Amino acid sequence: MSTASIEELRSRTRALLSEHDPATTDPLDFLRARFDAGLAWVHFPVGLGGLGAPRALQAAVDAELAAADAPDNDPRRIGIGLGMAAPTILRYGTAAQQARWLRPLWTGEEVWCQLFSEPGAGSDLAALATRAVPSAEGVWTVDGQKVWTSSAHTARWAILIARTDPALPKHQGITYFVCDMTDPGVEVRPLRQITGEAEFNEVFLTGVRIPDSHRLGAVGEGWQVAQTTLNNERVSIGGQRTPREGGLVGIVSDTWRSRPELRTPELHQRLLKHWVDAEVLRLTGERLRQQLTVGQPGPEGAGTKLGFARLAQELTGFEVELLAEEGLSYDDWTMVRPELVDFNGREAGYRYLRAKGNSIEGGTSEILRNIIAERVLGLPAEPRTDKDVPWKDLAQ
Amino acid sequence: MTADPNLLYSEIEEELRASVRDLLADHSPVSAVLARIEGSDGYDPALWRKLAADLGAAGLQVPESHGGAGASLRETAVVLEELGRSVAPVPFLGSAVLATTALLLAGDDAVRSLADGSRTGTLAVPFSTAPFSTAPGRPFTSSVTLGPGGTLSGRVTSVADARSADLLVVPAADGSLHLVETGYELTARTSLDLTRPLADLTFDRTPARPLTADPAVLAHTLLTGAGLLASEQLGIAEWCLTSTVGYLRERRQFNRPLGSFQALKHRLADLWLDVVGARAAARSAADALATASADAPVAVAVAASHCGTAAVRAAEECIQLHGGIGMTWEHPAHLYLKRAKADHLALGTPAHHRAVLAELVDLPA
Ligand SMILES: Cc1cc2nc3c(=O)[nH]c(=O)nc-3n(C[C@H](O)[C@H](O)[C@H](O)COP(=O)(O)OP(=O)(O)OC[C@H]3O[C@@H](n4cnc5c(N)ncnc54)[C@H](O)[C@@H]3O)c2cc1C
Repeated sequence: MSTASIEELRSRTRALLSEHDPATTDPLDFLRARFDAGLAWVHFPVGLGGLGAPRALQAAVDAELAAADAPDNDPRRIGIGLGMAAPTILRYGTAAQQARWLRPLWTGEEVWCQLFSEPGAGSDLAALATRAVPSAEGVWTVDGQKVWTSSAHTARWAILIARTDPALPKHQGITYFVCDMTDPGVEVRPLRQITGEAEFNEVFLTGVRIPDSHRLGAVGEGWQVAQTTLNNERVSIGGQRTPREGGLVGIVSDTWRSRPELRTPELHQRLLKHWVDAEVLRLTGERLRQQLTVGQPGPEGAGTKLGFARLAQELTGFEVELLAEEGLSYDDWTMVRPELVDFNGREAGYRYLRAKGNSIEGGTSEILRNIIAERVLGLPAEPRTDKDVPWKDLAQ
Repeated sequence: MTADPNLLYSEIEEELRASVRDLLADHSPVSAVLARIEGSDGYDPALWRKLAADLGAAGLQVPESHGGAGASLRETAVVLEELGRSVAPVPFLGSAVLATTALLLAGDDAVRSLADGSRTGTLAVPFSTAPFSTAPGRPFTSSVTLGPGGTLSGRVTSVADARSADLLVVPAADGSLHLVETGYELTARTSLDLTRPLADLTFDRTPARPLTADPAVLAHTLLTGAGLLASEQLGIAEWCLTSTVGYLRERRQFNRPLGSFQALKHRLADLWLDVVGARAAARSAADALATASADAPVAVAVAASHCGTAAVRAAEECIQLHGGIGMTWEHPAHLYLKRAKADHLALGTPAHHRAVLAELVDLPA
């Protein structure tokens, strides 16, 4: 089936529900059956959890399943896999790689993390120094250090970029791999962050052996492959489909409604401005999604990510102020290693602090503005000193 | 729960946009608009004839049974985007949006002459009039009163598109609507927006024909006007962004194109995001109005609040980033600033629309 109508999808969804009653089926079995029925992500190809249908039709499937109280795959817990690894594997993976990785990724049986950033390569990701060297036949040996790796402590797999040719300019000598986090030589150490918890980690890679069959894309083309991941990351961070007043603005609006004693005229003006901004951003994401019903996200996704970070920071700062004296307290500084970022389950102070990461993770707001200016608006690039120089000759 | 709005442009809408844009490029380049603004009333009647009658833009939202094109407010919104982008001096908003909407809702046959472009009309309210709620205790205010024989007396100031109007839809103080064709006095105002002239109207036992006694018609007309004005504001903002990007790519200082300086790139990236948001919000309002969605009041308040601010910011950045040339009368940037700032006040300020929103979504002060 190359194009499915919304009616076909609805009837397939009903068939799934009648064959696997969510009330009595094991949740994992249900998710596997859903994947096999092509209703996981309908825009993926047949056999890989999809039906080759327009992406926009997913909403109808999701609504139908939610109404039937079907289990979901907890997208927050497996966000990196869903949002970043999967589209990259779909675009660059071999048939064998796709068959091996996509199903357990989608059902949540296997969590993914992203080994991109390094101490010396954050915004300037292409400067990375982790080395991958061909050793035995069909095997790469990887050495290096990654940092800020979210979920590394729960992940089974990682998408990894490493330098395979230091003699080439920095963008050209990079190759993209999938790393098994259970392999010897992979060491994950928690990094505590400003919220008190350790959601991200340092990852030390020492003599890690990665089979060549775990390479995504050609040798030396890792930078192009990474662009797919990064563009999808931005869309996935800024672009979740939310109903009106979904997310942070809903939390704040509910507090406003239920706590009249906290209201002041000045806060009212600000609340309304944030509410409008949130709604406009939601519509912007929705419009992007309608445009994206076919094809990969382009640099425009940077826009929703940029807007989302600004709004999240404004709203969470607003929320702490709105709470007045209560804003002086914090729920819990205990060092824990959570499975997911619990934006909704924690209190205002946590949200305020965690939201500071929204303009850093997945590309800082400064870098996103550069991307928009250069790749969307076509403004000239900054003068560069590193573009045509072999990586090994750059100051490290 | 209302259906998701369709935020994209249909093929037909893109075709319409292309023909309007071509027509405006041929007959109303900004240089021509600049040349015209010091003329008598600024309007371009030849352009209006081509747009309204030849292209059929005046009757887009009018059903074919009433002599129109039977399209929808979504198409009308696309025309407004293009008119904003070109600051075209034509009475489209007053005639094809405000007067036409009121006459359609009142079910009056006079709409035919507006739809085929043979006549032009407007709604006789101050251009700053905000959409109002028909809830008790929040009536429309006007000094125009109804006299013997259905005549009207009173004064309405700062009416947009009145100078070229053949017919006026005049609200009386009770929100009822009346059709006036002659017998009133018109005094031109010098307006901030050189491309949309204003006038004061005085009625003194002026003969009028009653259109409707239902104040909901006026309320919905103003809501429609405010929602579609967002599309004009989007067009203004888009022109300002595009022309600034174009200029900064060419203009060199310090031995490099100005557009390669990050301080300027970041400002333009932020502006781009405003414009992208304006497009989503304006489309949402147009779609909600076109489909008579129950969500239309919220969609309009959001669009009016965001787009009004975005257009002014885009025009102000446009002037600043053009440097000295941006301050000159010869450069068209000021036309956009004047249109954007006037539009900011028109049919309800962003602050007004936010206050309305507070009630609609239950976020009381
Ligand atoms: C909560 C969180 C989770 C993360 N999770 C992951 C993960 O799972 N996997 C992963 O690989 N990485 C992850 N990251 C890392 C993230 O991608 C990097 O932190 C980010 O790319 C910025 O790099 P940096 O920290 O080295 O800052 P730097 O690059 O050193 O930047 C410092 C400052 O300089 C600015 N700056 C840098 N370059 C420019 C420029 N050219 N123009 C203007 N300003 C500039 C930056 O915007 C920033 O403000 C995470 C980060 C956070 C905060």
